[in-house]
Amino acid sequence: MRPLPLAVAVGLLLAALLAGVLVGSAGLPVGGVLKALADRIPFVHADSGLGVIDENVLFQLRVPRALMAALVGGMLAVAGAGYQGVFRNPLADPYLLGAAAGAGVGATLVIALVPGDPGYGVPLAAFAGAICGVALAYLLGSAATGRGNGTATLVLAGVAVSSFLAAVQTLIQQMKAEELQRIYSWILGGVGSADWHQLALVFPYALVSTVVLLAHGRLLDVLSVGDEEAASLGLSAARVRLTVLVAASLATASAVAVSGLIAFVGIVVPHLVRRLAGGSYRIVLPLSLLGGAAFLEVADLVARTLIRPGELPLGVVTAFVGGPFFVAVLRASRRQVET
Amino acid sequence: MRPVRTLGAVMAIGIVTFATACGGDDGGSGAEPDAKTVTVQAANGAVSVPAAPKRIVSLSPTHTETLFAIGAGPQVVAVDAYSNHPAAAPRTKLSGFKPNAEAIIAYKPDLVVLSDDMDGIVKALEKVKVPVLLEPAAKNLDEAYDEIGDLGQATGHQAEAKKVTDGMRADIQKTVAASSKAKSLTYYHELDNQLHSVSSKTFVGQVYGMFGLQNIADKADKASGGYPQLSREYLLKQDPDLIFLADTKCCGQNAAALTKRPGWSDLDAVGHGGVVELDDDIASRWGPRLAEFVKAIGDAVQKVQ
Repeated sequence: MRPLPLAVAVGLLLAALLAGVLVGSAGLPVGGVLKALADRIPFVHADSGLGVIDENVLFQLRVPRALMAALVGGMLAVAGAGYQGVFRNPLADPYLLGAAAGAGVGATLVIALVPGDPGYGVPLAAFAGAICGVALAYLLGSAATGRGNGTATLVLAGVAVSSFLAAVQTLIQQMKAEELQRIYSWILGGVGSADWHQLALVFPYALVSTVVLLAHGRLLDVLSVGDEEAASLGLSAARVRLTVLVAASLATASAVAVSGLIAFVGIVVPHLVRRLAGGSYRIVLPLSLLGGAAFLEVADLVARTLIRPGELPLGVVTAFVGGPFFVAVLRASRRQVET
Repeated sequence: MRPVRTLGAVMAIGIVTFATACGGDDGGSGAEPDAKTVTVQAANGAVSVPAAPKRIVSLSPTHTETLFAIGAGPQVVAVDAYSNHPAAAPRTKLSGFKPNAEAIIAYKPDLVVLSDDMDGIVKALEKVKVPVLLEPAAKNLDEAYDEIGDLGQATGHQAEAKKVTDGMRADIQKTVAASSKAKSLTYYHELDNQLHSVSSKTFVGQVYGMFGLQNIADKADKASGGYPQLSREYLLKQDPDLIFLADTKCCGQNAAALTKRPGWSDLDAVGHGGVVELDDDIASRWGPRLAEFVKAIGDAVQKVQ
């Protein structure tokens, strides 16, 4: 791992986090915020001069939210890079394999069926739904090919499962028209409801899945040469694929569970990393993690300040940035190939 | 036996149409033709309704409440799935969100009342000659009174409708007069726990405006058509004097639940009894129970002052 790109990525992420904590619709004084943050460092005492409400805004809302945006962005991007390695396709995406659609059905079911405030029922159901969606796509894909590693079949199975689950979700929505607003608001995605409990809830999954993914960078590099070559090196391609697939799905499911559906992070960030720092997964995976965190941090900053004191759904912001950006990248890479 | 019911519906419509067209004599009073129908000005134009309709279908919870309050309840044969008040209302699976013309016609209505022209339902019913009154969500108190008057006229309960609106006017005036203007008190009206609110432009917002209350959602209402979603930071920072929860039934919110939201327990309203748990339905309908909504606001204002 070359140190320069890593240092740049860490620097970007820290800058984004700082901006995320300093800026917000409550308009807290910058000096006060910095002092309040410094006050939390052991052995440092700084009088922030912030009132109770301002302190609450900072430590109950803004800081957990900033951390959650970084966590979700990092997970989505590293999962995207993982999927791309498994499928040897730079267009693979965390949402491809039915994870998002499965999460959507899970969350919609809870919102529609549980009266009152479901609390953590929504993230838990979204998590279960995402895992089920991916498992279903994987089983169907394997059944179709008779083996577990027909990637094209797997992707097609994922698309089929996604459309089916999307239809199920629409059906539930239509039967529960009065819950449409809440379901819709979850689908558009965002980290606006992040708090410390939610962070604690999702962190273990994030840690495990990320560590597993990062540990597989070298194996994915070997895999990218071809299955035969991998086998000649004593590597079980199918087992590596399955492990990375499970870890990436776990990361996606936990991200989706706390943030709803946020598109494009998983495609745009690894793509950008690949163009800037090369295609080795030993570089792409960690840089995607850091870059994804910084990217979503900034996107969330835009989401909560652009129309303040209102808020834009985060998924809308990422799609607005990600869509055109992605098309531009596609065009550029095509031109490169053609010339 | 669906075919028989449909046939019945067609026949009923035929008879109504015939009677209306010919000024036919089905009561034996021999009065002039005009007495058999009344013309009501609704949002869908001048509607000719048979005098004292006997089979009314209401697809709007607000209008269901009004119909029963003005004594037209016995004439109502079916109401939509969300018309949950009063208990005597003949609730059905009919939907005002996704209205189904055939399902409505199966009740052989001689008058359909609705507040939303979803999916072209008004045109569909007019095509089969069922009189339809479109009375959309009121934009202010006068419109609300006006719609109650319309329903009175359409159902042959004009006097009772006037009694209801006169009573509402008096009650609301009394409540507002009793709470001397709540100058510079701020409030937040919560529609759901995603912090969707109403601005002063909306009907609900205007009701608060009668007390001189300042709405913290107004600044957020740029392009949201009166129903902005507030950010959590903004809400904490504003620290409103009064919090009105209109999501107690839908989303199980109450004063105790608010204290569990991050940072909310230090809000002035939460600490000093400024949280008002409203009935979602009363706080969203522009019918005869409006005076109760106004009373809840008035009580809260007096308590805080």
